[in-house]
Amino acid sequence: MAEAVHDIQINRLYKIFGPNGAAHVADVEAGMTKDELKAKHNHVLGLDNITLTIPAGRIQVVMGLSGSGKSTLIRHINRLIEPTSGEILFEDRDIVKMSQTELREFRRRKTAMVFQKFALFPHRTVLENTSYGLRVSGLSTREAEERARRWISRVGLDGFEESYPNQLSGGMQQRVGLARALTNDAEILLMDEAFSALDPLIRTDMQSVLLDLQQELRKTIVFITHDLDEALRLGDKIAILRDGRIIQQGTGEQIVLRPADDYISSFVQDVKRGHVITVRTVMRKGERADTPVTLPVTALLEEAARAMTDADINRANITGKDGSHVGMITLKKCVAEMIAPDDREAVDPEAQVA
Amino acid sequence: MNLVDFPAMSRGDLRDLRIGVDTAFRDFTRAYGETLEQMFHPIQVLLIFIENLLIDSPWILVLAAISGLVWALSRSAKIVAGTVIALLLIGYFGMWEDTMRTIAMVAVCTLIAVVIGIPVGILMARTDRANQLITPILDMMQTMPSFVYLIPVVMIFGLGKVPGVIAVVIYAVPPVIRLTNLGIRQVPADVLEAAEAFGSNPRQKLKDVQLPLALPTIMAGVNQTIMMSLAMVVVASMIGVRGLGQPVLQAINNQYFTLGVMNGLAIVAIAIIFDRATQAYGKRLQKHLEAEHG
Repeated sequence: MAEAVHDIQINRLYKIFGPNGAAHVADVEAGMTKDELKAKHNHVLGLDNITLTIPAGRIQVVMGLSGSGKSTLIRHINRLIEPTSGEILFEDRDIVKMSQTELREFRRRKTAMVFQKFALFPHRTVLENTSYGLRVSGLSTREAEERARRWISRVGLDGFEESYPNQLSGGMQQRVGLARALTNDAEILLMDEAFSALDPLIRTDMQSVLLDLQQELRKTIVFITHDLDEALRLGDKIAILRDGRIIQQGTGEQIVLRPADDYISSFVQDVKRGHVITVRTVMRKGERADTPVTLPVTALLEEAARAMTDADINRANITGKDGSHVGMITLKKCVAEMIAPDDREAVDPEAQVA
Repeated sequence: MNLVDFPAMSRGDLRDLRIGVDTAFRDFTRAYGETLEQMFHPIQVLLIFIENLLIDSPWILVLAAISGLVWALSRSAKIVAGTVIALLLIGYFGMWEDTMRTIAMVAVCTLIAVVIGIPVGILMARTDRANQLITPILDMMQTMPSFVYLIPVVMIFGLGKVPGVIAVVIYAVPPVIRLTNLGIRQVPADVLEAAEAFGSNPRQKLKDVQLPLALPTIMAGVNQTIMMSLAMVVVASMIGVRGLGQPVLQAINNQYFTLGVMNGLAIVAIAIIFDRATQAYGKRLQKHLEAEHG
C-alpha cells in the first residue's frame, strides 16, 4: 500500500488562458487584475501566483465558487492543463518540467483522479473500468482484475463487477470512480468535485466512505469543492480560492474563527460552528474543574455540549493527546461559541440589515 | 461593350488546352500505366479468388455460409430467414452466378474502403488541419459524376474488374471516412480526460476509448459504404464489371423490362440483407447503453 510520504509543493504557479499567455505573466505579477487582463489583452487569468504546500497523507481541500480556478488548479497537479509559469514539486522533481513520457509514467504510478461527472468508460464493465489504470500501466488483465475486485468490494459494490456504468445509480457510479482511482494505489488522489453531483444523503455517505478509507490509506488527497460544509468535514487543510488567487488557507477551525476578509465571512456565517470548532480553541488553559466529565482536546463543541448535558453537569476537564490534563471548559462558554461569536454585531452591522 | 456574351477563351485556345492536357495524361498513361496495373494486380487476384470461391462451391454451402455470417452479425432469426428466402428466390430465377459476382465485388470494395477509410478518418479526427484538407476532397468524390472519373481510370487500366473496383471505392469510401471522423470527435471530453489522467498514451486512448466508443458510428459508415457500392454496381458494369449490373445495362439498352426489374430486385434484396445485418451488428455494439438505470 502506497502510504504518502511526500508533500506536493506548488510555487508561484500562474495560468493565463489565451493564445499568448506567457507574454502577460509579467503584467499580472505587476498587479494587473483578472478584469483588466480580459479587457486589455483578451486573455483569461486562471491562476494567479499560487503557492501552496499540500501535506503528505492529508486531505487538502481547495474551495471556491465556480470560476475561481479550483478545477484548473487540480488539473495542474497531473498536468492535464499546462501551466503558464511556476513549479510543482513532488519527490524532488518538477512536474512542470517532465517530458510526455515521464508525465505519463507519473500519472500511472503516482496519481489517480476522481471526476465530478464520474467520467467512467461507458463501454466497459465496472470491473474493466476499475482495472483500467493498471491495464494502462502494463499489468496483466488477470492481476489487474484481481486487485480491482478487492477495491470494488471495498467500496461496497460486490456483485456489480459485470454491470455497465449505465445500469448503476449516480452514487454507485461514483463508487466505481473511487474504486478506479484507488486500484491504482497511487500516493496522490485528486478529487475534482467528486461528490458534487450526488444527492445530499448519498453525498454525506460518500464523505464517510472517503474518511474511513483515508483513516487507513493515508493518501495525499486534493479535494475540490464549492461546499463549505463538505470542506470543513473532509479537510485537514483548506485553501480558499477566488479569481484564481488563494485568499486564505488554514484548518477549517482557523477559517471559521478568523475569516480573512468579508468574502470569507459571508461564507462561514451559516456554518454549524459546533461541528467545526474544537474545545482546544475555547478552553481555559491550565484550569481544572471538579467534574467527572473528561474530554480530549480534539472534541468538537457539539460533542462537548452533549457530553456535559448528558451528565447533567456544566463543566468538563480536557486532556491532551497523551491523556494529561490541559484545561477545562464550561457548558456556558461552549454553547455561546456554538451560537455566535462574541463580537458578531461589531464585525459587520450592515450584514443584519441586508 | 458587349455584356451579353461572356468573354470566354477563344475556341482555338480552349481546344489547345484540352489537347494539351489530354496528351499529357495519355503520355502519363503510356509511361506508368503498366506499373500502376501491376500495383493493383493483387486486387484482381483477391476479387477473382472470392468470385470463384462463391461460384464454384456447392450453392448449399454458400447459402449456409452467408446465412451463418448474417447470424453472426445480427443474432436475429428473422433476418437470417429473410436472407435464406431471398437467396433461394434469386437462385430459382437464374441469377445465382451474377449475384455471387456482385457479392464478391461489394465485399472486396467494402474491405478496401474500410482499410483506407478508417485510418483516414482517424487522421482527420486527430488534427483539424487534416480535417480541413480532406473534407473538400471527400465532397468532390461524392458529387463528381462518376462517369467523369471513369474516364481516366479506364484510360489507365482499360476495361475490367480493377477499374471497376477503383471507381466503386472512390464513390463509396467517403461515408466511412466521414463517420469515423465524426464518431471519434463525438467521444465525450470528460471520458477522454479520464483516460489521460490515468496515463494512457495516444495509442491506448485510440484503442481503448476512442475507437470502441466510435464503433457504432463507424459501423453506420460501413453500412453506407456497402449501400453505395451496391448502387455503383450498375455504373461499374459499363466498364466491364460482371454481375447483376450487366443484365440491367443490357435491359436498358434493349428495353427488356422484366430482365431489368428482376436483376434490380436482386440488387435490392442483397442491399437489404447487408443493411439489416450490419445495422443489427451496430446496435449490438451499443448494448452497454441499453439498460438504463431507473
